[in-house]
Amino acid sequence: MREITILSGKGGAGKTSVAAAFASLAKNVVFCDNDVDAADLHLILHPEIKETHEFDSGTIAKINPESCTNCGLCEEHCRFDAIHPNTNGMPEVNPFQCEGCRLCERICPVDAITSVQNNNNHWFVSGTRFGPMVHARMGAGEENSGRLVTEIRKKAKEIATDKKAGVIISDGPPGIGCPAIASVTGTDMVLLVVEPSRSGMHDAKRLYELVKSFNIPVVALINKFDINLEITAEIGVFLDENNIPLLGKIPFDPQLVESMVKEQTIVEFSPDSDMSREFGVIWQKINEIKKNDDLCCNQ
Amino acid sequence: MQEIKKMKIAVASGKGGTGKTTVSVNLFYFISKEWDSNVRLVDCDVEEPNDVLFFNNPAIQSREEVYQLIPEIDTEKCTFCKKCQEWCEFNAITIVLKLNFAEVDASLCHSCGACSVACEFDAITEIEKPLGTITGYQTGFGKGLTEGCLNVGSSMQTMLIKKLKSSVDDKDYLTILDAPPGTSCPVVETVADADYIILVTEPTPFGLHDLKITVELLADLQKPFGVIVNKAGLGNRDVYAFLEENNIELLGEIPFDRNFAVSYSSGDLLQNIPDKTTRVFREIIQKIKRKEVVK
Repeated sequence: MREITILSGKGGAGKTSVAAAFASLAKNVVFCDNDVDAADLHLILHPEIKETHEFDSGTIAKINPESCTNCGLCEEHCRFDAIHPNTNGMPEVNPFQCEGCRLCERICPVDAITSVQNNNNHWFVSGTRFGPMVHARMGAGEENSGRLVTEIRKKAKEIATDKKAGVIISDGPPGIGCPAIASVTGTDMVLLVVEPSRSGMHDAKRLYELVKSFNIPVVALINKFDINLEITAEIGVFLDENNIPLLGKIPFDPQLVESMVKEQTIVEFSPDSDMSREFGVIWQKINEIKKNDDLCCNQ
Repeated sequence: MQEIKKMKIAVASGKGGTGKTTVSVNLFYFISKEWDSNVRLVDCDVEEPNDVLFFNNPAIQSREEVYQLIPEIDTEKCTFCKKCQEWCEFNAITIVLKLNFAEVDASLCHSCGACSVACEFDAITEIEKPLGTITGYQTGFGKGLTEGCLNVGSSMQTMLIKKLKSSVDDKDYLTILDAPPGTSCPVVETVADADYIILVTEPTPFGLHDLKITVELLADLQKPFGVIVNKAGLGNRDVYAFLEENNIELLGEIPFDRNFAVSYSSGDLLQNIPDKTTRVFREIIQKIKRKEVVK
């Protein structure tokens, strides 16, 4: 079994549409939506939730105004600038800025501060028409999305081992920060989805730098390649120079949005389109890559 | 004349790729031309900062390396009492008494300072570790662009956004903050002290879904906001129904146009701006100006 993680750096490059297309093509597969911040894969896969779990994302400090003496110690020590005087001049915690380090609670001389468990985040094990899926819903403005990603990936792996699934398809988050790092750590292969724009290329390069530091094999596809053939060629050169196999190029096609509106994968919606054919070729190439093939990143 | 504090406008979206950068760069341009030349653009998408790609030969004005404080434990002074390990909520400290072992995992450290306060033996010193850079650019109009760029491998994006914002805090400037995608802590940090937020969405199921969770977030934060629908004409009408049902102001629509996608891809947003784009942004600016008066 191996895990393929779809990433792009830039948002809107097409990660989720690619993951959905593969859903139609893969057999014996488990899905994991690592974009816990703004998860969208469920809009196409329609998971039927079988288990709901609470995710412990840490705590938030709360000051009891009855016992607080307004000594100012907590405000002075808070490195996250999360404690501000309220309209009565008494210190109050802004829950969105509090990172749950509990330093204020520990140093308060009159024990006026307690930590409240945050239970706004949930993750689910579900069934879909293509196979099991693990996904999450974070409360808005929450912390620790990286840890949540680690948790759902662990569950996806368990299910895949249990069901003897051949592959886990992980739909990744944008960016290169904590959820992206948590997605890359220990995965078997990263599929880089690059959009042929100055920003798409810039972001893909930064992501590649991250993946390279983890020494994980990378393959790539260019999405909407015909929007800018010049940059598509430049991306080709970049991939080549770094020994990243380019598995295919997907044309821009408004049908993709139509399929999304119909809540179908592009392969279900328009199986004979150029896009679907290209996805078929790419998926086959991914399967031909053996686990121990020497793919880039080793230098 | 009464003095008005200059506005801070944040541009956010939930879903990535809906057009935050397009809107931010255009707003910056049109505000500088038609409203207030004392305007600065701040790229808060520190994981993948792109705004600079859309300016012609931007000259670097300033460049500052920023640091995160990471504790170092002096094993000569350390008694291996484990108090710092117990106080660390992020599991970044490992102490093994039998081995005289004390180590900090910098990738887990949030620089909260709890361990330093915990240590009774003066064994912990906080050392500066590079987090990223803050760069100021001259853009040829307005007051320039300030960009935060996270070092690859760092997971402390929110900390960098905080430092970036404090580096540009100036009440004499109108500020446009280009937010990262998503709805978690880095977005909250970006919009936290904005006076008004522009949400950019696209009329697709993904766009709408992520718009809804972002609207929830802004309601929690009690922030005023309006919506720009980008790539109008693609997808369906559900996003408009949602705006209407929830009494959310539609600030403007940018029609989907393959040529526009092509100019964006080459980084040419500000060259040969089509008349209809100019009209859309003029209208949007008029609407935002009114927010300032209401304030």
